[in-house]
Amino acid sequence: MNIPENLLYSKEHEWLSREGDVVTIGITYHAQHELGDVVFVELPKIGQSLSAEDAFGSLESVKAVSEAFTPVAGEVTEVNESLLDAPDKVNEDPYGEGWIIRLRLQDPSQLDDLMSPEDYLKYTQEESQG
Amino acid sequence: MSLKRTSLNQLHQQSNGRMVDFAGWEMPIHYGSTLREHLAVRESVGIFDVSHMGEIEIIGKDALSLAQKITSNDISKLKDGQAQYSAFLYPEGTFVDDIVLYRINSEHIFMCVNAANREKDFQWVRQHQEGEVEILDQGDAYAQLAIQGPQAETVLQELTNVDLSAIQTYWFSRGEIDGVASLISRTGYTGEDGFEIYIPPNTAPPIWEKLLSVGEPFEITPAGLAARNTLRLEMAYSLYGHEIDQTTNPWEANLAWIVKMGKSDFIGKEALARLKIVGPDRRLVGFEMVDRGIARDHYPVWIEGKKVSEVTSGSPAPSLGKHVGLAYLPIRHAEVEQLLEVEVRGKRLKAKVVSTPFYKKEVSRVDSPGHLG
Repeated sequence: MNIPENLLYSKEHEWLSREGDVVTIGITYHAQHELGDVVFVELPKIGQSLSAEDAFGSLESVKAVSEAFTPVAGEVTEVNESLLDAPDKVNEDPYGEGWIIRLRLQDPSQLDDLMSPEDYLKYTQEESQG
Repeated sequence: MSLKRTSLNQLHQQSNGRMVDFAGWEMPIHYGSTLREHLAVRESVGIFDVSHMGEIEIIGKDALSLAQKITSNDISKLKDGQAQYSAFLYPEGTFVDDIVLYRINSEHIFMCVNAANREKDFQWVRQHQEGEVEILDQGDAYAQLAIQGPQAETVLQELTNVDLSAIQTYWFSRGEIDGVASLISRTGYTGEDGFEIYIPPNTAPPIWEKLLSVGEPFEITPAGLAARNTLRLEMAYSLYGHEIDQTTNPWEANLAWIVKMGKSDFIGKEALARLKIVGPDRRLVGFEMVDRGIARDHYPVWIEGKKVSEVTSGSPAPSLGKHVGLAYLPIRHAEVEQLLEVEVRGKRLKAKVVSTPFYKKEVSRVDSPGHLG
């Protein structure tokens, strides 16, 4: 299981990293593995404002469509347009070049609801047993 | 209800197979990468566990005449050792199932049927039983492996003394694989050359492992049901429950070639004769997406502002770098270049009808288009 130490995690298997009031969001190694090859990515518009738990885009594998959810509210400041031509970056480098969007945080206290790497590891283990 | 498992279940888990419920069976959907598995089959070789498929055998003096009555294709010219793509039809002319029928000899017919239809098919065959025959549901007696791809013959030949090069497409042989009595058939559902083998379930794990080992120089890979689906979709092969079912008939499904109206009476013949005179009001076509987006099963299909049908199967086509699908269109629109729209999560995206198969091989020894889901 690949769960970097310096990130926060959501129950929907997104990761977040914070720099000032901007967060970068992607999906975890576990999520991309469950999904399989990502072959198509739909991204939100820059400037769009999202509430916590909104779907901000979709990731499609050969077999299925999955929505990606933001665990925190904010305004989209950047989207990873390189994924439109190279969606496989989500599989190859989920925590790096496979990042999906950046948001300007509306309420930084929402980050408190997210999981630490240790909690997320436990969460995925419990989920796969359930 | 707990899922049924094939004898290869543990090996799939060990190979990192992602297991899903398919027709009541716990089956591998992929082993990490559908794209890699798909391309391995097109370019070299892959193996599929398709042990969930059902087998029904008809044994006895009247096996041929019963089989002739319950299937739409003509078995009168089949020789011992020959196989045929065919269908069971209802009296209404619609599909009970599509099948591959094997003539073992004049008193022994072996049929491979879809997993989801196994029980229904067995009951249906029994319901029409006549003459001196025994009808057996042999689904638990066989594991089925599909070895598919241009290197399939080379790899499988390592495990058998049967001269595989002598088996023509849609013929089969009975012989030993790794010392195990097998039915070895040059058939498949991928559009590639390859074999399907029927063996006792307890012998499948060692044979599977040996295939992986002798196939190593060819980078053989286990391939899951998702790759099986994209491979068959690129060939526009029908899948029961998608393109064909109890509401569709062979005329509209482009399967007229497995219906032989000239043969003696068979179930569905009368209805098909009537339907043929009237002519179908819709036909199955292949389309590719023009706008950026992927069509998926059941997405609505629109033409000229009207919803006309649904996508029966839709997916990326990894060998083409396009997104494709199949759908029934009203007959006047069922022509190549016809524009249509596929409703993708609320947005109508442009697509156009193209000729099928989507995937056209440069050179192929697979000349028979009949294959079974």
